[in-house]
Amino acid sequence: MSKLFTEDHEWISMDGDVATVGITDFAQSQLGDVVFVELPEVGAELEKGGDAAVVESVKAASEVYAPIDGEVLEVNDALEDDPSKVNSEAESGAWFMKLKVSDASQLDEMMDADAYKAFVADQE
Amino acid sequence: MADLSNTKKTPLYDLHKELGGSLVDFAGYALPVRYEAGIMAEHAQCRDSAALFDVSHMGQAILQGPDHETTAKALEALAPSAFVELGHGKMRYSLLLAEDGGILDDFIVTRPADPALDGELMIVVNGACKDADYAHFEAKLPKTIQLRKLEDRALIAIQGPKAVDALVRHCPEANDMSFMTSIRAKVGAYDCYLSRCGYTGEDGFELSVVNEEAEALARLLLEEPEIAPSGLGARDSLRLESGLCLYGHDLSLETDPAEADLGFAIQKRRRADGGFPGSERILSGLSNGTKRKRVGLRLEGKAPAREGAIIEDLDGNEIGIITSGGFAPTVQAPIAMGYIDAEQASEGTAVKLLVRKRALDASVATMPFVPQRYVRKP
Repeated sequence: MSKLFTEDHEWISMDGDVATVGITDFAQSQLGDVVFVELPEVGAELEKGGDAAVVESVKAASEVYAPIDGEVLEVNDALEDDPSKVNSEAESGAWFMKLKVSDASQLDEMMDADAYKAFVADQE
Repeated sequence: MADLSNTKKTPLYDLHKELGGSLVDFAGYALPVRYEAGIMAEHAQCRDSAALFDVSHMGQAILQGPDHETTAKALEALAPSAFVELGHGKMRYSLLLAEDGGILDDFIVTRPADPALDGELMIVVNGACKDADYAHFEAKLPKTIQLRKLEDRALIAIQGPKAVDALVRHCPEANDMSFMTSIRAKVGAYDCYLSRCGYTGEDGFELSVVNEEAEALARLLLEEPEIAPSGLGARDSLRLESGLCLYGHDLSLETDPAEADLGFAIQKRRRADGGFPGSERILSGLSNGTKRKRVGLRLEGKAPAREGAIIEDLDGNEIGIITSGGFAPTVQAPIAMGYIDAEQASEGTAVKLLVRKRALDASVATMPFVPQRYVRKP
């Protein structure tokens, strides 16, 4: 399945009932140089819209919200060693976490790539 | 995108847009937080070569009195530094003080190099404070001293070890200047108040030029291979690494110069004679110590601690607060500064910084975090 996008500039990619989540290329370009990523604990139960992670750029800390309800199955430890991956490969290697999705109907509210592109164009 | 509908524009506004600046509202002005290179690269540009900053939002003004001593003494009633003995073309960092010794602003005072201008002292104050500062000066200065705002002038900073190499091609006199001195000189075709000073910890210059010529001057400087534009984000990380205070964060009405460890701004005669706002409190603090003190902090891990983070001792008691913090590009680690109980302010003291739900390991560190490299000539 192809990627879905949220208004909070996260992307989500589904494989069965497992969602891989990251922030979009647009989001990283707005944040600037990322110097630290705080990821949730494996096993944590996230609620859609609740705090999931924190991205620290040189200038500021930004919250990343859970795009969907789910249990954290895995986090991307590589981001701890090299946070700048978020800048260089936001929508591929720099995924943040994998969630076991509990309510797949929440996916219905998300945008596809074209809709997200238009959404971003509106913000600029 | 930041809402810039209510912001003022500096004379370099169009140039910032052309250079790809991400503009934000800073002190009421639309200014670039960064350009396309990004804060890390723009920070390194200043440490390694030279960076150009638009600091036109800062308030430039002249205090005009009948003679140097009269103007200097009037200013000494409002700020704790010694201005009477300031030589021609010399500059001094000082603090505008409230009645109780709290800090209204930090600012730079310059005595013009030209003896014919005796009686004038030029001041540069923070952009966010300038209206309040000017009102304070107008209310407090005697009638013999006039405040003249230089709103027709922009201010461009070039900072970094190679700033001088670039500048001398357009202004040979720059080479002979010592840090914290000022001359009037032509830079290319442009008449400037040229000061060797800055707020990045590096050697560098600030060029005050009339608004109409600011963009042409900036373009002239940016054509030099050593110089590239840098934004406010890099300016902030540079000054933090250099241990320099940012008003409204590390300094405020709630802090006095003794707590802020800015005793260097209070020269010997002023310490002996006092006679400035809050002098009793401040001089007592300088000789007997203060309850709390501004210190630097180094964090152990990679997570930064920002302004507002609580400092705890290892037993979990609150002992201070962070007033500036972030990732330090030259140090390649998170650093911070803040106020801490004086008893726990010695270098190496282990503390915890509360960030979100976590307690980050840190220790009190000497500042600057990166050696300052000012050029002083005999």
